Amino acid sequence: MVASSINVAQNVGFYLIAAVMVGAAISVVSNRNVVHAALSLVLVMAGAAAQYLLLAAEFVAVTQVLVYIGAVMVLFLFGVMLTRAKLGRDGDLNNRNWGLGIPVAVLMLGVISWAVLDGWKDATLPADRGPVSTKAVSDSIFQPYLLPFWALSFVLLIAAIGAIVLARKD
Amino acid sequence: MLSLDLLPHSLTLATVLIILLKVVVIFVLGLVGTMLMVWFERKVISGMQNRIGPNKAGPWGLLQTLADGVKLFFKEDLIPDKSDRFVFKMAPFLAFVPAFLVWSVIPLGGDFSGGRDGSFSMFGHRTWMQLADPPIGILLVLALSSIAVYGVMLAGWSSGSKYPLLGSVRASAQMISYEAALGLSLAAVILVSGTLSTHGIVLGQSSVSRWSVIATGLLPFIVFMIAATAELNRPPFDLVEAESELVSGFNTEYSSIRFALFYLAEFMNTITMSGIIVTLFFGGPQPVRFDIGSLHVDPNLHLGVLSGTVWFLLKLLVFLYIYVWLRATLPRLRYDQLMNLGWKLLIPVALWWFIVLAALRIGDERTPRWNKGVVLAIGAAVFIAGATLLVVANGVARRNREREGAMF
Repeated sequence: MVASSINVAQNVGFYLIAAVMVGAAISVVSNRNVVHAALSLVLVMAGAAAQYLLLAAEFVAVTQVLVYIGAVMVLFLFGVMLTRAKLGRDGDLNNRNWGLGIPVAVLMLGVISWAVLDGWKDATLPADRGPVSTKAVSDSIFQPYLLPFWALSFVLLIAAIGAIVLARKD
Repeated sequence: MLSLDLLPHSLTLATVLIILLKVVVIFVLGLVGTMLMVWFERKVISGMQNRIGPNKAGPWGLLQTLADGVKLFFKEDLIPDKSDRFVFKMAPFLAFVPAFLVWSVIPLGGDFSGGRDGSFSMFGHRTWMQLADPPIGILLVLALSSIAVYGVMLAGWSSGSKYPLLGSVRASAQMISYEAALGLSLAAVILVSGTLSTHGIVLGQSSVSRWSVIATGLLPFIVFMIAATAELNRPPFDLVEAESELVSGFNTEYSSIRFALFYLAEFMNTITMSGIIVTLFFGGPQPVRFDIGSLHVDPNLHLGVLSGTVWFLLKLLVFLYIYVWLRATLPRLRYDQLMNLGWKLLIPVALWWFIVLAALRIGDERTPRWNKGVVLAIGAAVFIAGATLLVVANGVARRNREREGAMF
């Protein structure tokens, strides 16, 4: 890549946000307080939304906030508050097999990096690209990927019905 | 969103000045508006209850809120011993900041009379009377309202006390439940207007017959209004701070300036939500323009840029009054009634109507146009079938629960 094609401000922003995300991610797995760990996860997801904004993908960024921060994590915290609402540290948060997690995580990192690097090679985004329109996003989801989208919706629907059947006896 | 407007090549002193000016104006107006809203609510409720209400501080008690604010500033700032200090301090801001940020995408004025687009000139730039007009505008409002849940939830949890925890569990369950209905009725508006940008939504509603409230067939507006009231935790959905059950709900342990922030956020949310309703369903700063048959009414206030603001404020006042009215009139719902209303009535109805609207729209785009009557008839049949299924399922569930000895 030629140096002049690099947007300095964008790169500085990327690494600042990435540093915050990495710190927060470490805090998710090392924090002894469940709610604090969940809040760190919120920070990681907010960081991802900020990265999308840097890539001028406003729709994806807002969807990230809506779905992950607004729904998934709220439900998560809700569950935590209903079941173990006590304040302070929890002694039994660590899984005994945590050592196994490290190679799995490294493997995942390798596979994802390989997929990204192999898929995009040296492709760069045009520097003066404006925000991606919502129409373009929906066209790219609902035209080539319509069938996977439907399949995914059905899987989610079945999961939701299954959860209801398991949780409620009536 | 802002950072994208400030891309280096378009960054000049004028653009920075315009944005700074707008931010300051919105900030000041937001605070003053909230102050007046508190006064308005107390005064109207006292009128409805045959009392006088605040009348000592300033003319008609106008400065009562200011006096209360100063009092709160000087009170002792208590942090409970058992609390989680960091989260306890952070929670009020999580409630307050999103309430403010929603202002940034609401169109607050501009000259829309005679079909103009509401833009005006400032420091030699054409600009609109709203802080930002991102292409995903209205989704930003939803995202911010989902962040506001955190303020309430974490405030209750971090207090380290029973009543706030119960209050915040109630609040988060309620806000999550009604967000779905809110989003579905909002989707109907987006479907009709064809844009997510708030300015675009306002531009599309150029006359009364094109206001979304009529164009989407009234139902989404009713669902949105109810869901918004629940989302705001206002009466009759104020189980979050049901005084007779939970002392004061999630903010029981808060005092001084931290309590003031929650209090301000609550009233500011009422104003912003009314502003969103006006923007989505009633044309925002558009004048009340009739264009039905031979009836042409095109009022022009001759105030230039400010005429839009006057229209916006007039429409806003109607909804603020309705919110106060609801509070003074309706008794609080029971918790199971609240959940039934949200999940078993509002969400199915909003979803059904959204599908009917989509079908009507598809029918209009086909070359031999679909017969609207047939589409509506099929829609009605689907509604009856779905409603029957839902009622039967509810009946079975109730019988099973009663057999197991539940009380409700």
